[in-house]
Amino acid sequence: MSIIEIRDLTFAYEKQIVLQDINLVVDKDDFFAIIGPNGGGKSTLLKLILGLYPIKQGSIKVLNKSPLQAREQIGYVPQNTNVNTDFPISALEVVLIGHNEGKRPFWGYAKSEIACAMGALKQVGMDSYAHHKIGELSGGQRQRVMIARALCAHPKILILDEPTASIDPSGQKEIYQLLKELNSHIPIVVVSHDIFAITQYATKIAHINKTLTMHDTHSKSSTHKDDHICEVELMWMLENSRSQ
Amino acid sequence: MLEALSFEFMQHALLAGILVSIISGIIGSLIVVNRMVFLAGGIAHTSYGGIGLAVFFGLPIFLGASLFAVVAAVIIAMLSLGNKSRIDTIIGLIWAVGMAIGVVLVDKTQGYNVDLMSYLFGSILAVSSSDLYFMGATLALVVLAILKYYREMLAVSYDLEYASIRGINVRFIYTLMLVLSALSVVVAIKVVGLILVIAMLTIPVYIAQHISNSLIGMMISSSIISTIFTLIGLYISYSYDITSGASIILVSAVCMSIFGIYNYLKPKL
Repeated sequence: MSIIEIRDLTFAYEKQIVLQDINLVVDKDDFFAIIGPNGGGKSTLLKLILGLYPIKQGSIKVLNKSPLQAREQIGYVPQNTNVNTDFPISALEVVLIGHNEGKRPFWGYAKSEIACAMGALKQVGMDSYAHHKIGELSGGQRQRVMIARALCAHPKILILDEPTASIDPSGQKEIYQLLKELNSHIPIVVVSHDIFAITQYATKIAHINKTLTMHDTHSKSSTHKDDHICEVELMWMLENSRSQ
Repeated sequence: MLEALSFEFMQHALLAGILVSIISGIIGSLIVVNRMVFLAGGIAHTSYGGIGLAVFFGLPIFLGASLFAVVAAVIIAMLSLGNKSRIDTIIGLIWAVGMAIGVVLVDKTQGYNVDLMSYLFGSILAVSSSDLYFMGATLALVVLAILKYYREMLAVSYDLEYASIRGINVRFIYTLMLVLSALSVVVAIKVVGLILVIAMLTIPVYIAQHISNSLIGMMISSSIISTIFTLIGLYISYSYDITSGASIILVSAVCMSIFGIYNYLKPKL
């Protein structure tokens, strides 16, 4: 069973078509990257997978269910974690927001919930910062907390939107390293501008600019449509010219 | 001051001050972290329409003002969840239209010479027992709602989009927060008046925000700070015979300035 399966998806805001004839499959071991220019439809595609917009044409199956039904099993890390940094909330509480199912006490959080959240923080190496205010953390640390928040609900898939935007270079590398580790037991879908990191870590790369072109990083081949050339091809050319 | 406490109106004033301080500490925290200060201002001013309505039809003032404010809050919630970009225009509109309705209705009320100033700047020395019951009931409602929905409110306030993805009924929680704000604003009008209510909802929260690590901690410390400001303000108001609402707000503002300066200088000392 594939994790995400999109067939013949076309989507338009009002009359302007944003995505056209999109077909893609995410399998259970995938580190699936989505790249493309701003306004090319990347974020829209993510929001469709998350069930935030209704689908009018084509189909999206997540874990063999509709996006809305599967939503509980999707771990989502939204773009831009630098909002609301003066909010009085600890890293632990942010992670606990991710925990929204099962029984809960009348007030506060159950011990099992806190244990689960601490476990998620430990997974991303942030357990020692659990009681720090979220605004006191660096961009990279905050992003780890957001990943922990997504992991806290025991998702079957992890989806990240621009996880390394506004993070310093060493923090970016750590985030990708972390994602690679997580990828050993959970499929990952990531939208990113960071083409260098993507070609290093991703197993499949989809370039989206209204239409979709797939790149397989293993065989270094793409589903060419005539003369498609994007950053991925340029990257491969660069690597080839270096190795020759 | 002590002999003043033997007067019933003074006992009422103290009790009302404490009740409203606790309410505004809790709700003010929600308003500030959600960046809804302007929104609360709009609701405060529009509730004058409800005061006019109550005067015109001979209803209890609190009832009229609350109904009007709650309806305005629901309208704002519906509109702002749909289209955030136009929200300031909508708030401005509701702000002014409510007041205009109030003025017209008071004009057309026969033989009633309403003291507009007491609604604009508060009249804590004229709190009746039924006002106190109303304030007590509002506090009980606010506390119950916070106990029941704290986690949802925290999630929605911190990250609205994520909360909706996690299956939280964002529309309901957001509307609930606005309705609670509307009710709180109305009871605070009695203490500081509808023009000054914004300061009462935000100044203690500003200070509390710097000393708290959690939303609930912020609510508790704002309530305590607000109570202290109100009691000091009331004392000065009584001693020097000045309007209580203005006195409370000025005490708050002075303390906030001192705190701000201290906060600014602290890292340099």
